[in-house]
Order: sequence, then C-alpha cells, then structure tokens
Amino acid sequence: MRPLRAGAAALAAALTLTLAGCGVGASGDDRTRLTVLAAASLTEPFDELAQEFEASHDGVDVVLGYDSSSTLAAQVVEGAPADVLATADARTMRIAEEAGATRGEPATFATNSLVVVVPAGNPADVDSFADLQRDDVTYVACAESAPCGTLARDLLDRNRVTARPRSLEVDVKAVLTKVELDEADAGLVYASDAVAAGDTVETLPVPHASEAPNSYLVAPVQQSAEPDLAAEWVELVLSDRGRQVLDDAGFGGPTP
Amino acid sequence: MSRNRLGRPPAYLLLPAGLAVALLLVPLASLVARAPFGSLLERLAAPEVLDALWLSLWTATAAMLASLVLGLPLAWLLARVEFPGRSLVRTLVTVPLVLPPVVAGVALLTAFGRTGVVGAPLRELGVTIPFTSTAVVIAHTFVALPFFVISVEGALRATSQDYDEVAAVLGARRGAIFRRVTVPLAAPGIAAGLVLGWARSLGEFGATITFAGNYPGVTQTMPLAVYTLLQEDLEAAVALSLVMLLVSVVVLALLRERWFGQAAR
Repeated sequence: MRPLRAGAAALAAALTLTLAGCGVGASGDDRTRLTVLAAASLTEPFDELAQEFEASHDGVDVVLGYDSSSTLAAQVVEGAPADVLATADARTMRIAEEAGATRGEPATFATNSLVVVVPAGNPADVDSFADLQRDDVTYVACAESAPCGTLARDLLDRNRVTARPRSLEVDVKAVLTKVELDEADAGLVYASDAVAAGDTVETLPVPHASEAPNSYLVAPVQQSAEPDLAAEWVELVLSDRGRQVLDDAGFGGPTP
Repeated sequence: MSRNRLGRPPAYLLLPAGLAVALLLVPLASLVARAPFGSLLERLAAPEVLDALWLSLWTATAAMLASLVLGLPLAWLLARVEFPGRSLVRTLVTVPLVLPPVVAGVALLTAFGRTGVVGAPLRELGVTIPFTSTAVVIAHTFVALPFFVISVEGALRATSQDYDEVAAVLGARRGAIFRRVTVPLAAPGIAAGLVLGWARSLGEFGATITFAGNYPGVTQTMPLAVYTLLQEDLEAAVALSLVMLLVSVVVLALLRERWFGQAAR
C-alpha cells in the first residue's frame, strides 16, 4: 500500500508541475501571439514589419515561421495554429485556398524575379547567365517543388541553358548559403535574396526574368484565433509602409 | 513463481509504460495506414525513387567499408592498448553521436568544402568533394563511425584478453593475434556494429543535405528524396517512408538475436 501511495503522490506532483508549466506559458502576462507563416524569401522585410507591428500593438508578439511556400501551405491545410499565410507564388496559395484554409481573397503584395548570384570576387568568372552552361561552372538552384525552382527551370529553358545544377535545394536560402560559402560558383536566387546577402555575393541579371516574375500572396488563415490582428497584419503588408520595406528589400511592386 | 510473490505490477507503472508504447507505435501505424497502397508499386518503381534507393544502399555500404577499415583498428586500440589521451579519443568518438547532423554538415563543409582546411588543397589538385557521391559517403561515415567503433569496442572488451595472452605465450605476434584471435572472437560484435552503422547511414539526412547537396542520382539519398517529395506530393513521400520503415524492421530482425536475445536472458 505504501509504495502505491508514494507513487501516486509522485505522479500527482508530476502532473501538477506539468500543468503549472502549461499555465505559465499560456496565461503568464496576457500576451497575445500572432503567428505568421511566410515564404523563406520574405525573412528580412517580415522581420522588420514584425518589429513595427509589435511596437504599434501593445502586448502582441509576432511569431514568424519561415519555410518553403509548399511546406507552409501543407501545414496550414493540416491545421497548423497560424494566423497569416504568405506564399511566394499563386500555386502554393491556391493549395491552401482550395482546402478552405484561408479567409477571404488572398492579396498580391509584391513580386520577385530571379537573378544569378556569384560569391564575392566571382572566382569562376561567371559573366553572364549563359556562362552557367560552361563545364567548369558549378551552379545550384531550387528544387522544382519550390516556386524558385519552377522559375529557374522556366528561365533555363527560355535561355537554352541545358547544363544541370549540381544540387536542387529545397528552399532559396539554402541556394544562397551554398554560394555564400563558396561551394558553388553561382546560384539562382530571388533579387531580394541578393539584396539581403549584401557584400557576400555579386549579382548578374537573368535575361527574360522580368517577363515571368512570381507573385507574393498573403491571406489570413481560416482557423486563426486572432482574426482582427491577422487582418491588420495583412493591411500593414499592403500599406505604403509595407511597400517601402519590401522595396528596400529588393522586391518589386504587385503587378496589376 | 517469483511473479506471484512480488504481486501485480502497479497501475502507475503500467499506465506510463503503455503511453510510451503508444507514442512509439501510433505514428508508425499511421504512416502505414496512410500509405497509398493502390499506387505503391508504381510509385516505388519511378526512376527517381530507384535512383535514390540505389544511392542510399551503396553509399551506406561504402560508409561501412570505410568504417571497417578505419574503425576496427581504432576500436581495437581503444579496447586493448593503454595510451595517453585514450579517454580523450574515446570522448571524441562519441561527439558525432550527440552533434546535430546539420552541424556535422557545416563542420564537414569547413573541412572538405572547396575553401575548407582539407578541401582547398585538394581543389588545387583538381578534386572537389561537395555535390558528389563521395561527399555523401564521407557524411555517412562521419555520423556512422561512432556507432561502429563503440559497438566493436564493447565487443572487444567483452571477449577476454586472456586468449590474446595465450596466443602471445605460444609465440604469436600482435598483428597475428589481432587477425586470428581477437577479430574472430569479436566477429558477432563487429557484424552488429556494421548493421547498426549501416542503418544510421541509411537514415542520414542533415549532414548529407548540408554537405553533399541534393541532386537526384548523385547526392539525393532516400531521406532527402522523402523530404523533397514532401514539398509537393505527400502520398509519394509516405510511400518512400514506408520503404525506409521496412528496411528498419529488417535491420531490427537482423539484430534481434544479439540484442533482444541477450536482454531476455
């Protein structure tokens, strides 16, 4: 009998501790969380907008989750506890929309186009997009499951570059990292990523890139617990201030 | 017998133990339940899948060959020879066990990358490692070698050194003792270490995608293929995961005698 009682006491204590632990997290000081899931390429502008949003909304913490758009769309469809979804193309947003996971019509707020980045100093002397065809040039691009990969495939075809990338990264930041680390002579990334990378890379244009930019869409998530805040976040992204932050980060304006 | 004397197992132990089993079982059962059995064969016969499977199998096997050649002497050294810094080396061997694999990948890049400590001189000689299947084998060996060395060292310690000494008294030299006495006695442990390391290689993800990249047929192993597919085609990813699960079960079956046999005794 004794050991049983001691065990029950231990179990009760453990449960109490667990519950107490949950309590602190949930209701500690009445802070509200706004969870924004965004395409990896939006990291810099959304980090900045999040700071401004928190400054103008007392007691609100913006939690940002960055990943590839398709991963995020799948997470939202599967019921991830998010408030806002921002994707790097219309296709991935449509996945969430068709599953009824978004609230209202998604809004286009920016565009982005691909550029070639090379490591600072351009060690392989890549002078043009056509140089990717050279045997001695190692380049990387996104996998076609990500919007940046679909774009890359399209532009390689349009420019008749048949040489293959050495690696198909799952998201665009991984492509950038390979170039920044000087493991690849060139990489296909968004213009905004090239801006974010600063001096660690040099940028070359891709012919025809502006003919096929990809659109960034944002929408509140259906199961959001904070629909008003979610709507305000979307408003901020679409506002003049949002436009300016995105401009500074290298994004183009939404095409009409 | 003794069970009656000790009484029934208490509920407060049975309940958490049951939950533990559920935690392990439910995700695996769900994976199987969600598998697209109708199109399974067709999906698994896709060229990309076969490429990934073949790449995974041969790179894991190559990593085990490397582990055998490098790891067996190291395990022997750790088990049989007193030398200064032995505990330091033993600690070093365990580091990759606790290191997040992505960190292992970054570390490998700083060593074997094109501008790395070893990679830069190699590049002068015209050899670049990242984005090649060689990089996959190196990443696999890095993460799997500790499993092999620890397993083999344990096996060597478990077999008495007396046999080595008898052989020495009979006039055998140390190299011959190693080959003809020590290794045969530790053979089951060596085999278990190989299977364990092979399984770890097969599941390797973080170090591989960071260090070797992700290209079908060259560096895209099964876990990388599952991750890439997960971005666009959940069903295909589940189908591939099922293959990995099957391989794990086979590995467990191979090791069953050794582990569960001993535990039951």
